[in-house]
Amino acid sequence: MLEVIRTIPIEYYVYNSAVLFTIGVFGVLTRRNAIIVLMCIELMLNAVNLLLAAFSTYLSDAQGQIMVFFIMVVAAAEAAVGLGILVMIYRSTKSTDISLLDKLRN
Amino acid sequence: MNQLLPLIPFLPFLGFVINGLFGKNLSKTAVGLIGSGTLLASFLLTIACFNQVGASGPIQGVLYEFMSVGSLHIDFGFLVDQLSVWMMLIVTGVGFLIHVYSIGYMHDDAGFWKFFAYLNLFIFSMLLLVMGNNFVMLFFGWEGVGLCSYLLIGFWYTNKEYGAAARKAFIMNRIGDLALLLGIFLIFKTYGSLDYAQVFARLADSDPTTVTTICILLFIGAMGKSAQIPLYTWLPDAMAGPTPVSALIHAATMVTAGVYLVARCNGLYSLSPDAMHLVAVIGTATAIFAALIGLRQNDIKKVLAYSTVSQLGLMFLALGMGAYTTAIFHVTTHAFFKALLFLSAGSVIHGMSGEQDIRNMGGLRKSMPVTFWVFLIGTLAISGFPLLSGFFSKDEIFAYAYGHGGPVWWALGLVTTLLTTVYMFRLLFITFFGEFRGTEEQRHHLHESPRVMTIPLMILAALAVVGGFLNTPHFLHLGHAQWLAEWFGGTGAAGLPVIPLAEMHLEESTEWSLMLITTGLVLALIVAMYTVYTKRSNLPVADASQSGLTSVLAHKFYVDELYNFLFVRPTERLSKVFHYYVDIQGIDGLVNGVGRGVQALGTEFRKLQNGNIEYYLIGMVAGAVLLLLTMFA
Amino acid sequence: MTLYIFLTLAIISVIAALMMVFSKSPVHSVLFLILTFFAIAGQYILLNAQFLAVVHIIVYAGAIMVLFLFVLMLLNLNRDTEPQKSGLWKLSAAIASGLLLVTMVGALHGTIAISTPEQQNPSVGLVQNLGLVLFRDFVVPFEIAGILFLAAMVGAVMVGKRDLKV
Repeated sequence: MLEVIRTIPIEYYVYNSAVLFTIGVFGVLTRRNAIIVLMCIELMLNAVNLLLAAFSTYLSDAQGQIMVFFIMVVAAAEAAVGLGILVMIYRSTKSTDISLLDKLRN
Repeated sequence: MNQLLPLIPFLPFLGFVINGLFGKNLSKTAVGLIGSGTLLASFLLTIACFNQVGASGPIQGVLYEFMSVGSLHIDFGFLVDQLSVWMMLIVTGVGFLIHVYSIGYMHDDAGFWKFFAYLNLFIFSMLLLVMGNNFVMLFFGWEGVGLCSYLLIGFWYTNKEYGAAARKAFIMNRIGDLALLLGIFLIFKTYGSLDYAQVFARLADSDPTTVTTICILLFIGAMGKSAQIPLYTWLPDAMAGPTPVSALIHAATMVTAGVYLVARCNGLYSLSPDAMHLVAVIGTATAIFAALIGLRQNDIKKVLAYSTVSQLGLMFLALGMGAYTTAIFHVTTHAFFKALLFLSAGSVIHGMSGEQDIRNMGGLRKSMPVTFWVFLIGTLAISGFPLLSGFFSKDEIFAYAYGHGGPVWWALGLVTTLLTTVYMFRLLFITFFGEFRGTEEQRHHLHESPRVMTIPLMILAALAVVGGFLNTPHFLHLGHAQWLAEWFGGTGAAGLPVIPLAEMHLEESTEWSLMLITTGLVLALIVAMYTVYTKRSNLPVADASQSGLTSVLAHKFYVDELYNFLFVRPTERLSKVFHYYVDIQGIDGLVNGVGRGVQALGTEFRKLQNGNIEYYLIGMVAGAVLLLLTMFA
Repeated sequence: MTLYIFLTLAIISVIAALMMVFSKSPVHSVLFLILTFFAIAGQYILLNAQFLAVVHIIVYAGAIMVLFLFVLMLLNLNRDTEPQKSGLWKLSAAIASGLLLVTMVGALHGTIAISTPEQQNPSVGLVQNLGLVLFRDFVVPFEIAGILFLAAMVGAVMVGKRDLKV
């Protein structure tokens, strides 16, 4: 049995992930800079990754880690496309402030 | 033949479909050919049917089961017995002639194709009405012809008055239809079937009150369709339709549906003397009443319309006397001479470029000789000139009135026929004799109608002349006496005679004297009318300047005004009340209120959808919290 | 010992994340986020998921965050251009996220009952084992992920192009 499983309850990882996730949510809610918002989303994804890896180890099952790889794939793709869109928005509005993005309303 | 039976109604239906869907893009020749051709085929098939019925009795066929609910089974089935096939001959035969006539009459109308489509649909409905083997089929056709009548009266719907006339016809018919429907319900309740053969086979032990109720309900239905008092006012207004329509629907075929209904149910009526008495009273009253109104009308078609109402009254008098065969006989001769009269009136109107007021005509016999001669034949036939068709059929009605009802009924019938002679010859003399009174333009344009119109007229004239020989009385020893009565006396579907032979109970000398009195009076009147109306000073004057009884007659006894006062205006006032309080304030208020409420709510909720991403994000988080709470709390 | 390492890494990651959210300058934010990622990579190593930790560093710190930095510099964003939200808004955001945390913790507390297998496989997180699982059980999702990447690449190029002609 691994050292980590013996000494650290799984709950600790759960709480750690939850806190990181919540910080990510808080960042998304408070920041108006679209780049920071994207970064906060990355943080949230990582919180989930951490949880998946922890469970993978505790259950001795590799599938959880495979899931983490897929989430990384999606996160990378999302970051690429998101930043591309952001550059375009900046070109047209000269700003990355998401509060200005209410064009869909009308 | 049984397999070909459905073709008879469905060929005109095919014509309706083709003309109705594609008629707009077809040439007028093609439309006319399709319209008349399908009907001609039907007519030929009907003749084949007629031969088979004569040789081997009724033909029956079921196309499919129309509906089956509990003990109610209704087939889309046909019963072609002696009565049906006779009506079919009239409908398809006269209908074909009128179709051909219409090709000429309607030639310049923009709705040519529509007209033929409607006309074919009418023939289809009328054939279903007479061919059906149960009351539901009859009702189906009954409503179908009502619809076509509505469509064709309002054919020139851009004229508001014509539209109103169409609506009037429809509504008046609905009143009768409701009673007919109730009668059909009662028949089903009493006899457990709606099939003619089954119902008529179960008549033996029926309750007299129920039978009387059924008969009266059916008769009210007939009143509406056949324009009897008090539901007759729609028929004169129905003259708004094109003249061939007046000839086909409002003279020859549809309006006789009521007579057909009563004749078809003769077994029922024979069980109820009270109902028959009512039929006779209503028929006689209508006959005299309408004839009186006809005396003072100045519209050529209105005169003929009131004449039709009056003749229908005579048919119901015959029915009321138990002379069902005689009634159908008069339907037949009336179809010939009234179609003839209407069509020749149409020819006059055509020649006069749409003029219908006889005060603006006169002297037309020189410029329209064919029309004049056929109109004269029609007039003589309807007046009962010896040996023409009307002579035989009317004489038979009066003989039965005398034999079954008594001298009073006979006298009332005689009055009607004398009035008929008066208004018909007045019409003839004013229209065709004397000097032309129209405008110069009309005189210049005046012409005889084309061949396609005059040939049907001539055929109808021939029929109006010889039609009476179908059913000559015994004492004259002319041809095959009482042929039609024997034809209808054949065995029908229920194993009984279609229409039992009616006994006349009259001495031969009495019959002779009745006929001679009638004929003598009619001939005397014709001479009198000639001397009166060929004088210049006796021309009709404007309605407004008439006084006394003539004014009342010219205003049609103020019946329309009375109905307006009694029914139309109260209904309108009630509608206004309902319109304002129930509809606008109640229902509309409710609907609009709901709409306004939603709108107000939307305005509030709209503030949430401010398009700002942050609000959406926080909403999303709140939603996630709630979701977790509901899942785990 | 392991517990202390875990706690240290956890505290670092949380503090760095908070700094990332609160720092005024976007560049600082990026750097703090990278720090967070390194702490998470430490957690992975602690969990005996070495390959995952390596990939994590390469992908996040090496690729994604560099991309973020590039964009920041490209757009020339700094502390002065950083837009700020009102205090009331920040308060409500704090309440919302606090509620979320409380709910999540409350929901998860005491409900996690996993039975750790007696027979541990220490090579779960090793590249050989992961490769076997990935290419045996997850071949189709793997290929689909490849297509997703291709699509994202094409999409990013198309979006970023000037004077897009469709």
